[in-house]
Amino acid sequence: MERNLMKGNEALAEAAIRAGCKCFFGYPITPQTELAAYMAKRMNKAGGVFLQAESEIAAVNMVLGAASTGVRAMTSSSSPGISLKSEGISYLAGSDVPAVIINVERGGPGLGGIQPSQQDYWQATKGLGHGDFHLIVYAPASVQEMVDMVVTAFNKADEYRVPAMILADGLLGQMMEPVAFPEISAEQPDKSSWAANGHKNSREHHIVNSLYIDPKTLEDKIIERYERYAKIKENEADAELYLTDDADIVVCAFGATSRVVKSAINDARAMGIKVGMCRPKTVWPFPEKQIREACANASKVLCVEMSMGQMIDDVKLALNCEKPVEFFGRTGGVIPTPAEVLDKIKSMGGNK
Amino acid sequence: MAVVFERPKALCDVPLHYCPGCTHGIVHRLVAEVIDEMGIEGETVGVCPVGCSVFAYDYFNCDMIEAPHGRAPAVATGVKRSNPDKFVFTYQGDGDLAAIGTAETVHVGARGENIVVIFINNTIYGMTGGQMAPTTLIGQVTQTTPFGRDSQLAGNPIRVCEMMATLSGTALAQRVAVDTVPHIRETKKAIRKAFENQKEKRGLSIVEVLSTCPTNWGLSPIDAIKRLQDEMIPYYPLGVYKDITAEGGNK
Repeated sequence: MERNLMKGNEALAEAAIRAGCKCFFGYPITPQTELAAYMAKRMNKAGGVFLQAESEIAAVNMVLGAASTGVRAMTSSSSPGISLKSEGISYLAGSDVPAVIINVERGGPGLGGIQPSQQDYWQATKGLGHGDFHLIVYAPASVQEMVDMVVTAFNKADEYRVPAMILADGLLGQMMEPVAFPEISAEQPDKSSWAANGHKNSREHHIVNSLYIDPKTLEDKIIERYERYAKIKENEADAELYLTDDADIVVCAFGATSRVVKSAINDARAMGIKVGMCRPKTVWPFPEKQIREACANASKVLCVEMSMGQMIDDVKLALNCEKPVEFFGRTGGVIPTPAEVLDKIKSMGGNK
Repeated sequence: MAVVFERPKALCDVPLHYCPGCTHGIVHRLVAEVIDEMGIEGETVGVCPVGCSVFAYDYFNCDMIEAPHGRAPAVATGVKRSNPDKFVFTYQGDGDLAAIGTAETVHVGARGENIVVIFINNTIYGMTGGQMAPTTLIGQVTQTTPFGRDSQLAGNPIRVCEMMATLSGTALAQRVAVDTVPHIRETKKAIRKAFENQKEKRGLSIVEVLSTCPTNWGLSPIDAIKRLQDEMIPYYPLGVYKDITAEGGNK
């Protein structure tokens, strides 16, 4: 398969176009702006729609409009912009409208900084807007994986009628790596049972809506949605296990951080330390089973994140707090080094 | 027997939830009549706001989408850009369009988005029980201006058509009212023109309809109509503020 050297942000855009995304609505924000710039160049030629909206809020609502008619639509932003999109994301979820949202995370809170971060983990996995709802959240660790996960995100969003997010970070967005684009079937799922794209006088009118004034009706809607979430949890949770079979220490890390951790693990292994890694590829649903399996023979667990510690909560829950879970993180846009992670591993006494 | 009056096909046969004397029902009917007359129900997608007309998705027979508060023009943009052959309209109140959704409203005008915006101006937030709207008149008593709107504290009411007429992508900006039969006829003509503009891809058409809210104004339906005539029309003069199809006919 042909491989091209591409910047992460541009690869995300190209993958979306190839996945049949017909509409991209964006707004500039560092460090994801190359994605919108690439779309501006490519989308119209590819027969789709590119529009720079007046705000992140407008952009996500344009996605709501386009996706409500049954076309594949996407928006992208970085942390502060995702906060603005959270209203629209809640409406997408509450209206059962599939769409893809990309977050190329930067430091927060507030305006924060423009360097890579994983501080939006809680936001993405627990509270991306008001109400009882989830998105499927993918956490790529390479440019190739960003490509593959964009395609999967569109497919799974359609399959379950939920919004899906790519939770990347400024490191992945800005790095260049060789990528291959998979062959993608032009066939897209039939949305004619719900899409609001004109009834052509041949069916009842369709309503795409999230308002249910009667509490029981709203409760029923949410319960039905949670039945879909249960299927997603069962079928879509995914993780990469690295050298965990004999590991006494298992490190949990996702996204770009996992690459730093992998380097540290290789160095530690060379020193005879039995350490491995469990890398969630989906952070919602959280790969609880995989983490439990990976940690089955470990005596200690370490969570490494580019934050003050967010995913660590889910790791502890997955393990029912039966094993000690330590934390190492850098935040505000500071990237942990392999040496720092190695020091932490050594300090945990995994020298057996 | 000859049928002289019937429900437009584009209106669903369901009871409307609007208060007695509210003029939403008239405007719904006019929009539906235009859709019927142009034969475009099957090709139309409507976008509802948040506010009293939020349930319009249950009333119009075309496909409908419910937008977040103020975002109907952005949602409509997404619909129209991905379905340029469909007719797309929003139906919004004054709080939705001229307060929380001001940016979205201005930018569909700036971009010349080829959609129709039906704007109901009744100078108050109806659904939430009668608070100050961006269009509330000076001196008007509402729940959040209990001593009357004071421009020093709460600014001045926005004249939306005048503002939208300044934008190059606006094809039609017209203010009408539904207080009398001649005005209702004028309103229907304006709505028809707005949809015809969309058919001809002329850009954004906004029709501002001065309407009543007897419940939250604390007036009888008849006194409410009188208030519209005596207090609203002087501040919000009826007329065509921009019409790119007219020859020298703009205000």
